[in-house]
Amino acid sequence: MSTITGHSELDAEPSGDSASTGRRGDRIFSGLATGSGIFIIVLVVAVAVFLLSQAIPALLDNKANFLLDRVWEVNDSELRFGIPDLLYVTVVSSLVAMIIAVPIAILVALFLTQYAPARLAAPFGYLVDLLAAVPSIVYGLWGFFVFREYVEPVQNWLADYFGWTKLLEEPVSLGTVFLASIVLAIMILPIVTAISREVFAQTPSTHKEAALALGATRWEMIRTAVIPFGTPGVISAAMLGLGRALGETIAVTIIVSTNPGAFRFSLFSGGETFASKIANNAGELGSSTKAGAYIAAGLVLFILTFLVNAAARIIIERRKAFSE
Amino acid sequence: MAQRIDVKDLNVYYSSFKAVEGVSMAVDPRTVTAFIGPSGCGKSTFLRTLNRMHEVIPGGRVEGSVQLNGRDLYAKEVDPVAVRRTVGMVFQRPNPFPTMSIFDNVAAGLRLNGEKRKKVLAERVEKSLRGANLWNEVKDRLAKPGAGLSGGQQQRLCIARAIAVQPQVLLMDEPCSALDPISTMAVEDLINELKTEYTIVIVTHNMQQAARVSDRTAFFNLAATGKPGRLVEINDTDKIFSNPTEKATEDYISGRFG
Ligand SMILES: Nc1ncnc2c1ncn2[C@@H]1O[C@H](COP(=O)(O)OP(=O)(O)O)[C@@H](O)[C@H]1O
Ligand SMILES: [Mg+2]
Repeated sequence: MSTITGHSELDAEPSGDSASTGRRGDRIFSGLATGSGIFIIVLVVAVAVFLLSQAIPALLDNKANFLLDRVWEVNDSELRFGIPDLLYVTVVSSLVAMIIAVPIAILVALFLTQYAPARLAAPFGYLVDLLAAVPSIVYGLWGFFVFREYVEPVQNWLADYFGWTKLLEEPVSLGTVFLASIVLAIMILPIVTAISREVFAQTPSTHKEAALALGATRWEMIRTAVIPFGTPGVISAAMLGLGRALGETIAVTIIVSTNPGAFRFSLFSGGETFASKIANNAGELGSSTKAGAYIAAGLVLFILTFLVNAAARIIIERRKAFSE
Repeated sequence: MAQRIDVKDLNVYYSSFKAVEGVSMAVDPRTVTAFIGPSGCGKSTFLRTLNRMHEVIPGGRVEGSVQLNGRDLYAKEVDPVAVRRTVGMVFQRPNPFPTMSIFDNVAAGLRLNGEKRKKVLAERVEKSLRGANLWNEVKDRLAKPGAGLSGGQQQRLCIARAIAVQPQVLLMDEPCSALDPISTMAVEDLINELKTEYTIVIVTHNMQQAARVSDRTAFFNLAATGKPGRLVEINDTDKIFSNPTEKATEDYISGRFG
């Protein structure tokens, strides 16, 4: 498309008179924008510095291997802590949540933008957005007290047939990583749906008409024009959802804390994520030695979400270069 | 392969707005018919009724009949998807699929028809690209994105894509309006070649172009903004440009318009 040369009003030079006030406005605005940009960078750096300054002494005192040892024994005299279990549960619960949420979000977004008549699409869209307004603690309570009953038979069924995979063996009672994943999936559904809906809706009608004029059915049109156009946006939406799931604290804490010690590789065991571990032990943060261990765990979570969000950003930027 | 088109008393609507009124015309096979007229008089709207693309716009509907070789396009049992496979279309702005390679763009329609055999696809893609006078320019970079071509090349790619499914009629809506003069000439030459095989209907805002490429010319006009567009007259192109029957046509082609 880059080769078509056109001329738009935007190409025209601003005329002298009206521009002088405009320029002052521009300066104020760009000053404000730059200022808030710098403020945000300072904030992020400050958080990183805080995490590092607290974590490093604890890491130096750590008698265990932080990355490899599966222990968490912290008291005032000795620190032995490692993160592999936390890392595993955090990453796996978020990935499972994504695997559940992203396909549903894509289908809902395609339905809302390509199939639903406008008078249905708007209210249904609000409804999905409304899911985002439910406080996470409510999701946690609901997941544990209501939804668990429905998930347990599913877990048992999966364990009967796929227990040999180890990943799906021997469900424990009460909260499991799997239940937490499903609740996380529901929690990230609105954001992933909303962004996917936006990118699908932006598919240029010229692309859709190109497909239709070739004799594509509606589904074929979606496959040849809408989905390829939307894919980068959907990927970044999924990444943002993943970032959110990784950091989600209270809903996960409520669910998995009922089985904190019982870690196995199975999704049907209990376990703890970085966030739930820290939240659960907030009482110990008063002691600065012990706090250092939890802050080190928080630092890893910070790096993880930072990387995921950065990846999402990069994909969004690339997409911008592609469209237009 | 090429087929005749007969339109009778066609009214075209966007919801309650009547955009085109009372059009009747016949188009012979293997001819080029040009639609000219001031902008907003319903040329594109009418053109899109000939392959049922009009109805993809919410609220788009028609009254009257359009026949292709005697068969009513708008009959109940006719599938619009099948119509569009028979009546191809090229749009005003080149619109190759941006994520697809040159090859895949041309093959897109064939694949929609269920063609999977590599050899058949390769043959048809080459034939279509040759047919669109683009083969020599792209044969070494078929795997590159179609969006990387120049505007004129992209438009010929879109023509190749349209003729790859071997339609019987080819509709073109101002296919050269986004192109430079050299690309425009290339597309006009192509139209002259294609008319040996296809029935072609082309909308153009450029009267020299209508005179150069078409056998028949239809002049559309509208009484006032907000009023529906109408077909003022259709005749052999020579006749329209030398000695039109209607005063409005003469005013328009001589530039004494409005
Ligand atoms: N999608 C649409 N919805 C409603 N009205 C439309 C739409 N497209 C075109 N029109 C109207 O239909 C009339 C004919 O437009 P069009 O067929 O594009 O004219 P032309 O191609 O001759 O310039 C115009 O009044 C235009 O505003
Ligand atoms: Mg038009």
